[in-house]
Parts: sequence; structure tokens; C-alpha cells
Amino acid sequence: MKVRAQFAFVFNLDKCIGCHTCSVTCKNVWTNRKGVEYAWFNNVESKPGVGYPKQWENQEVWQGGWELKNGKLELKSGSRGSKLLNIFANPDMPEIDDYYEPFTYNYAHLQNAPLSEATPTARPISQITGKSMEKITWGPNWEDDLAGEFHKRSKDKNMDSIQKEMYGQFENTFHMYLPRICNHCLNAACVAACPSGSIYKREEDGIVLVDQDKCRGWRMCVSSCPYKKVFYNWESGKAEKCIGCYPRVESGMPTVCSESCVGRIRYNGIMLYDADRIEELASMEDTQDLYEAQRRIFLDPNDPEVIKAARLEGINEDWLVAARNSPIWKMAMDWKIAFPMHPEFRTLPMVWYVPPLSPVQSQIDQGNLPVGPDGAIPLAGSMRLPVEYLANLLTAGKTQPIESALNKLIAMRSYQRSIHVEGQVDTRAIDAAGITEEQAKEMYRYLAIANYEDRFVIPTGHTEETLDDSFGFQGQNGFNFGNDSSHGVSKITLFPRRRKDTVEPKELAPSSDHNS
Amino acid sequence: MNLHNFIYGVYPYIALTVFLLGSLQRFDREQYTWKSDSSQLLSKANMRLGSNLFHVGILAIFAGHAVGLLTPHAVFTGLGVSDMTHQMVAIWAGSVFGGMCLLGGSILWLRRMFNARVSAASRGSDKFILTWLLITLLLGLSTIPVSIGHANHGNPSVMIALADWVQSIVYLHPNPSLLAGVDTVFKIHLFFGMTVFLVFPFTRMVHVWSAPFGYVNRPYQIVRSKRKL
Repeated sequence: MKVRAQFAFVFNLDKCIGCHTCSVTCKNVWTNRKGVEYAWFNNVESKPGVGYPKQWENQEVWQGGWELKNGKLELKSGSRGSKLLNIFANPDMPEIDDYYEPFTYNYAHLQNAPLSEATPTARPISQITGKSMEKITWGPNWEDDLAGEFHKRSKDKNMDSIQKEMYGQFENTFHMYLPRICNHCLNAACVAACPSGSIYKREEDGIVLVDQDKCRGWRMCVSSCPYKKVFYNWESGKAEKCIGCYPRVESGMPTVCSESCVGRIRYNGIMLYDADRIEELASMEDTQDLYEAQRRIFLDPNDPEVIKAARLEGINEDWLVAARNSPIWKMAMDWKIAFPMHPEFRTLPMVWYVPPLSPVQSQIDQGNLPVGPDGAIPLAGSMRLPVEYLANLLTAGKTQPIESALNKLIAMRSYQRSIHVEGQVDTRAIDAAGITEEQAKEMYRYLAIANYEDRFVIPTGHTEETLDDSFGFQGQNGFNFGNDSSHGVSKITLFPRRRKDTVEPKELAPSSDHNS
Repeated sequence: MNLHNFIYGVYPYIALTVFLLGSLQRFDREQYTWKSDSSQLLSKANMRLGSNLFHVGILAIFAGHAVGLLTPHAVFTGLGVSDMTHQMVAIWAGSVFGGMCLLGGSILWLRRMFNARVSAASRGSDKFILTWLLITLLLGLSTIPVSIGHANHGNPSVMIALADWVQSIVYLHPNPSLLAGVDTVFKIHLFFGMTVFLVFPFTRMVHVWSAPFGYVNRPYQIVRSKRKL
């Protein structure tokens, strides 16, 4: 047993309202720079849909993640040797149009245009070429709120095993939001695929980072990440990805996306896991066993043996306390209502999801839907979202764990409804779902109330133990590239300089007192 | 000192010094700029064909030059490789790999110059170095008919003179007069080739140093620790 701590997430999809606040705050903090205008470390997709980049879940297209070859775990895109043979041109590399061509608008023209009959328009400008674009044909979350034709959206890989025709009918249509960030996987495919060895997992909190100085731009990580969450900065020529907001997390603060989530759907916490079992548990023969296998990699933070082993590995006492209070442990392990996204990619992702309920109130009111024992809350199998769809997304198609989780969520609501609406405790639903009153109350506190201190249990990184002189270090380094934080940067260099300005129209609007 | 002696007696040392020290300096001070600078994200069309042909061609040409020019004459004769065999191998290998490189390089050059996205994202040095490499390549390819002419007369003296000159540079006894009887096209090719070394550290060419052979024996997962181990 080799105990390691992992900074992990749960996203409660039941409460995601698709407002994109997470995406926007993340963008403003990390990727509003030249070369990564198109990159969203955090994005929110409307599902069903092909997503961002297009068809990212379809590994027949991108060859991302892992697969079993003769019983042994191997990158789906091929062995180390084949990576080197394909290094001059990566055959699985997405193109910018698979994401979208980044654009802005020539807003200044609205004020600079000469007087004319027709209202002036702000035309789109490509942020790559700086030229006008004829037409914007794709963008971040182009399929927002089910935009576009059903037959295009239904190319969603999760619809594969579903008889999709009936869901094209207006009355049967279903919809959910899927916020996505880097999964900071335990068996990360991007780390494994990097020929330069520039991507690494941090021992202390498991955050996966790209060493910007060591990256050579071989781009194997971009195609090998099955979640397409490593991006190529076309200006710097380096791979960039979600950094788990590590400067914040080290200070005990949640990530920017989690902190800013208005729906309070995001949970940050510590999980202890056994690093010696990664390969074994990622190598399950049947992909439908992978969800259970991934649960088995976690170590019980209350087990004295685990605590002892963790101390031997140098894990701090406050981290062990955080692991015991981890909201991730509660949802993934205790209550079994959170699931890893696409466990069949075999990367052991560390962002888990609570599946969404989708009751249809008017249908219930008209008595068209089967309801549970309380006569008010529908049954898991009768809701808009097909359970198979959620299972394809979260458990490699195994429906039983999803149904069980949905039943627990419904039962918790039924129980709370009986208290708050009927004024009389009704435990029939929670009894049927197999949860206690105590658990139902705790689930309510974590999922419905979602207090800040319940959502975010983040111990600080112990830099005082790793730095020789933490006071000397203070104020020395920001989040910078290259030699930006060095003292000895000269104005003149023969080596290529970074071009920092992203494409924005520079023409200024005339001042208002121009004609006076 | 006349221009000939400068270009073929002093310039090689300037180029090699800048090449080595410049690379070291950039690696030491500017690793963030050390990269292959791929533009595959911006345009994927024909990249598999163009980039593979170009890279395989140019690496084979480089290896051919290194072996053919740096191996002492005595080693070739000792191995039983006659001068004419050497010359024919050089002509054939140069034609095949030079042709591959030219085809691939042309695809890449057209893309670099005329694909709106790739062109806009290119630095001046990207366009310069690719163009310069292609001119050097074309000069190199245009020496082939001359070499065939020499070979038809059973005369390997130009090839031997070129190898002797390169070795005179490497052994620090520069002897520009060895090139006195060499056709002009070879000499221009030499100048262009040496200049590639001169500008190497200031362009994307530095990624050649970073060919990731170590990956073959590396464990898949990498974990970095901050602990003092």
C-alpha cells in the first residue's frame, strides 16, 4: 500500500443551471491570452451534443485514453515507439476548427462608421489571422440549450446504444448540462503520452501540470487525453491545461470555477488512494467493472492502518483530517451517488459527477408519470433523461448504480418534502432506497443547502516544509512564463520573444466632443 | 585574407561557435522558447505527407553528409569502399532523400506562406528558416548533375576535396585552398549550409536537439515531489 493524497472534485449535475460563470471566471483568470483564446480549461456543454471539441467522447476519432491490448494496459493511440514514429505529424491531432476559430468583433466600427442609412454592424474578426470572418460557424458551446438540429446533436457518443429517434420528438426531448475541467487523473494518458516527460502529477495533491519550460510541443498529450482537456497554445507552442488553480488550492482556497459557481454544485476535497493499485484497477477486463474498480482504489481515511501508512508517506495530519471530512468521500464512497465520467477511458478521473434528476412536474400533476410511495415524486426510471444515457456517460453503460443513485436523490427529496410540505415525516421512500433518516438529512445538507464549509474542505499546501526560506521566496514569483519573473531580463534579445497581444481591433472610437 | 579564405576558412568557425554557444545559451536562459513550434493545430491538411517527407528526408540528408564527409578517407578504403562506390551512393541517396525533402518541404512552404492561419501565426524567423533550408536543398540537389558528370569521367576528386576540406575544419587546420578546384555550385551550397548552423539557435531549429529518444525507456506515469528526498 502506497498512500497518496489527491485533490478531487464532485460536480452535482442536478443543480447545474448552465450559466457558464465557471467558464467565464476561469477564462478571465487563466486563458485570456494570445494563443489560447480558443481554449477553455473549464467549459459547460449542453448534452446531448457533440461537445467541445466536436466528438471528444468518440475515441474511434481521437484515439484518446487507454485500452487493454492482450490484457495489458496501453495507450489507445499506440505504444511509445509509434508515438516517436508519428512525431512529425500527429495523425490524431484535432484542428482548431474542431474547437472553433476564436473570434472577436470590430466594435469600434459601430462608433467610427460614417453617417449612413443602414445601421453599422460590428463584423467578426478572427483572433488568429486578425482578418474579418465571413461567417461564424462554430463556437464554444454552439449547442447551448439544445441549439441546432437533433440529428447533429444526437451524434453524441453517449446516444450510441440508445434508440435515439424517439428522443428527437419534441415531447420526449431531454437536456442536461455537463461542466468539464481537467480530471487530474490517477492514470493520466496525457502524462503517459508526453515524449519529453514535461507533464507530471504532483505528489502532494495529485494536480496534473505541464512544465512549460520542458514542453517541446510534440502535441501527443492533446490527442491522448480522452477528455480533450490539454490544449495547444499556438502562440507559445506549448501545451497548456487546467492547473487545478494550484496557487489558490495551496492556500486552502477552492478553484476559481468552484468558488464562483452560483449553483453551488462544486465540491473540492481530499481523497486518499493506493498508488500501487493504479495499473491493476485500470486494467479490468470488462469496462462495466471499471466504476467499481475506481471506487476500490480509494482508501478509508478512518482506517487506522491507512492513517499509519499515510503518516509514513509524510502526509500531514491536517490532510488526514481533511480526508476524513472530504465531501468527495461522502458522495463517492459513503452514499454512492457520484460517478467518474467515462470510466471506460481507464484514466481514473478525479472529477466525479452526481447524475441529474429530470422530473417533469406538469406530467406528474396530470398523473402521466409513475410516482413513488409518497404519490408526489417520480420513479427514477420514468424521468426524461434515459438512464442508459447517464450510464453511458458515467458508468460505461451499467445502469444499476445510476438508478440506485437517482433513487437515493429522489428519496431524499421525498423525505424532505414530507417534513416541509406535509409537516409529517414519511420515510417510505428512503426506506425503499435503503438510506437512513440521518443520511437523508446529511445528503440534504450537502446537496441542497451546500454550505461553503461543507463543499470545500481544502488543507493548505505545506510550503513551509519544502522551502528553505519561505520569507525569502515571498514576493519572488508570480504565475509567469519564461523569464518574466527573473531579474536579468534584458530588453534586447536575439531569441524569439513572446507576442503577447491577442487580436483585438485597436481603432479607437472618436471622443464625444469631436464636433463641438 | 580574401573573401574565399574568409568564407571557407573563418566563417565555418563563426557558424559552429554561434551554433554551439547560442544553443547552450538559449537552452540555459530561454527554455520557454525551446520548442518544435508545431502549427498542426491551425492546419492539418497534408501535414502527414508533407511533414513526414520533409523530416525523414532532411534527417537522412544530414546523416548522409555527416557520415560521407566526416569519415576519414582511409576508413573508407580500409572497409573496401571505393571512391566511385562512395560517389554513387552519395548521388543515389542524395537524390532519393533530397527528393523526399524537396517534395515535403514544398508542401510545408506553400502552407507556411499561403495558409492564412499558419502564415499569420508564423514569425519572420519561421518563414526565413524554411525558405533558407529549401534554397540550400535546391543548391544541394543542383550539385547532383555536376557529380554525375564527375562520376561519368571516373573522377572522384571533387568529392574527396570536399571531404578533406570538412575534415580540415574539424581538425582545426582550416585549408580553404582545398576548395580551389571545386565547382561554384558546391561552394554556394557550402555557404548556405554553414549559415543554417549560424542561424540555428535563433530559430525553431533548436527542437532538433530535443529529439525525445529517452521516451522509449521511460515509465508512463511521472510524479514530482517537493519533499526533500
